Amino acid sequence: MATIKVTRPKLTAGEKIYFGSIFKGMIVTLKHAYRSLRGKSVGSKELASSGLGITMQYPEQKWDEHLPEYYRGVPALVTDEQDRERCVSCQLCEFICPPKAIKITPGEIPNKDEWAHVEKRPQSFDIDMIRCIYCGMCEEVCPEQAIYLRPDYVVTGNSRSDMVHDKERLYEIGGKRVGLVNKWNKLK
Amino acid sequence: MSEETTATAEMKLPKDLAAEKGLVNVQIDGHWIQVPRGTRMIEAAKMAEKEIPHYCYHPKLSSPGNCRMCLVQMGMPPRPAPGQDPTYGEDGYQEIGWMPRPVIACANTVAENMGIRTTGELVEGFREGVMEFLLINHPLDCPICDQAGECQLQEFSVEHGRGSSRFKEDKIKKPKNVDIGANIRLDDERCIMCSRCIRFMDEVAEDPVLGFSQRGTNTAVTVHPGKRLDNNYALNTADICPVGALTSNDFRFQMRVWFLKETKTIDVNCGTGCNTVVWTRGNEVFRVTPRENNEVNSAWMPDSHRLSFHHLHSDSRLTSPMVKKDGTHHETSWTEAISAAIEGAKNLQPDQIAIIASGRMSNEELFLTRQLATALQTEFLSIVPRNGEPDHKLISADRNPNTIGAQMIWETENASSKLGMIREGVKSGQIKAFFVFGENIVKHAGFSEDDLAQMDHLVSSHILANQTAAASSVILPGAGFAEKRATYVNITGRLQRANQAILPPGNAREDWETLAALLSALDENYTAPASMDGVFKQLATEISTFSGQSFGSIGDLGVKIAETGVTIPLIEQEKARVESGQITG
Repeated sequence: MATIKVTRPKLTAGEKIYFGSIFKGMIVTLKHAYRSLRGKSVGSKELASSGLGITMQYPEQKWDEHLPEYYRGVPALVTDEQDRERCVSCQLCEFICPPKAIKITPGEIPNKDEWAHVEKRPQSFDIDMIRCIYCGMCEEVCPEQAIYLRPDYVVTGNSRSDMVHDKERLYEIGGKRVGLVNKWNKLK
Repeated sequence: MSEETTATAEMKLPKDLAAEKGLVNVQIDGHWIQVPRGTRMIEAAKMAEKEIPHYCYHPKLSSPGNCRMCLVQMGMPPRPAPGQDPTYGEDGYQEIGWMPRPVIACANTVAENMGIRTTGELVEGFREGVMEFLLINHPLDCPICDQAGECQLQEFSVEHGRGSSRFKEDKIKKPKNVDIGANIRLDDERCIMCSRCIRFMDEVAEDPVLGFSQRGTNTAVTVHPGKRLDNNYALNTADICPVGALTSNDFRFQMRVWFLKETKTIDVNCGTGCNTVVWTRGNEVFRVTPRENNEVNSAWMPDSHRLSFHHLHSDSRLTSPMVKKDGTHHETSWTEAISAAIEGAKNLQPDQIAIIASGRMSNEELFLTRQLATALQTEFLSIVPRNGEPDHKLISADRNPNTIGAQMIWETENASSKLGMIREGVKSGQIKAFFVFGENIVKHAGFSEDDLAQMDHLVSSHILANQTAAASSVILPGAGFAEKRATYVNITGRLQRANQAILPPGNAREDWETLAALLSALDENYTAPASMDGVFKQLATEISTFSGQSFGSIGDLGVKIAETGVTIPLIEQEKARVESGQITG
């Protein structure tokens, strides 16, 4: 192995005494401290700061209104204009899900049901939020536009089973979503 | 003179060399190969390892050539003018004159010096055209269609289809979700009119209830008015349906096929032993489908047999060894259950003990049962015969999958001959202890519950809770057909292998382990084999019919180890059809 000799850079007298730089830094810090005390930190308005600095006082204050459109929070199921479950339990999300968080039991829609011609819907649809990594692959793979990552991000629970979102909970989070492709409801 | 003959021999043209062997030369995508005279072009391409996409063609059925998917370009040497001699190139072949139009590869046979192109711009064009026509009325059903994942329309539309549809008109609406039979659901919109199901019901099942109605784009598969698709072979139509037009009611919306693991095994519902594939996810069986074996079941199997796997997940499965104390059964450990089973028989004379085995047991289990009879020194050893009506296709009269195996391993003409003696012994009160393996003897062997109640000791091994288990002093839970590796001998004397697809539930064990444990408890000097293969090895050395065989040598298709003189009617029928050139086989 070749040895490369490195020569240390030659410092000037000013550089050798580093107090100058320290004072420079302190001035920058003090500038920001002064701004912060006046409630005028950069971005404090956008982030709804509590007045001191830009720190949001969570959980009294929440991110909710400040999240961008594309924010990827919890995955949830959506219904269409006519409150039909969009999910037909094709199980592609279960297949693609990298951490295997989704578990679906497919079921048949009974003949007397209003949506009998759709033939299939999930009997149960569970997403284990301990496993979910919020990657959004389920949304991407869904051929029925039935699963979306919603802006909700607070997922808490006191037990492992609390952290599993069942079908009812998923529709509660997802809600109704309009303006999507209409394939089954003959609206077109 | 002799020099000249050698010269001509060397000069022999490829066509003459091939003709000597009954073959013809065919050029497939630029390569010359020799194939038997009369081979279909599609089969010749398969020999050259070129896949020609197809829907209606099935080697076991006649070829009407109605899907048009297998279009290829064909060429023959130009016909010489009168008096003109054919000219041969340096390689000995005539120049091929390519036809600028397509031919179907499934119903045309090869000829000498023929050329087939399965690729190229022209052929791709044929396929794209056919694909586009097939898809114009096809619904966007894939998310709810059970065929998705194993659908040939999906596969070929990825290869030859367009990204988007040019069809602006309204799609034709046809009946969907039609109940046409006990096991089959019909969706006419998905159908691509390949007619495989119609031909299967006509030619193989010999129950022609399906047909086309209407014309043009309105053509639809229908059942004959007033009839239903209730044939016991109806589910085979769902297997051969290249799309999701015919799907199984039993498997309907149970699981997507891409989650399922395939395990090659055999059917154990009758003496034929149809070759099957068991489809599982986790520890659950979702469906059973036939596997091609031209010596046993062709490519088919009866519905009644393929649907008889549900008992594996029944609530009445025995999952833990149990010992009866004060009239009730208590769960216990295997060690205690085995010692209780042997302890109860210790104070009895050998002629007071009877062993009832089952024709549903595998060769290995029957072999160990025989060793158990020797160790207990009892004469009373029998299987329970199980007979039914043969259907003159695949279901044999013998509903035990391994009667022949029992005869071979016990070296007897009739493995159930002692059953009468045992019945008399029970009646006279001579027999005081029973070892029952894999049978509910109340239901199938003609013993009453009172007979069993008067027994001093009753050890039973089964997979389900039943009357025999209820009366047992010791219950040893067993493994179902998909839960163990085993070998069976079918009615034609073919040794076949069943493979393990799932694990036995709970504390249940594979039956050979139970038998080996009983033998170890009886005889201190007995060394139990370490594995299933060990049992088979021992069996192969001791029983001459099995000598030289091993789990590996059996293979997926089995080996014939004896000639029983029994034939399978459906196979004979198929051989005759291949002979007469109706099907490829």
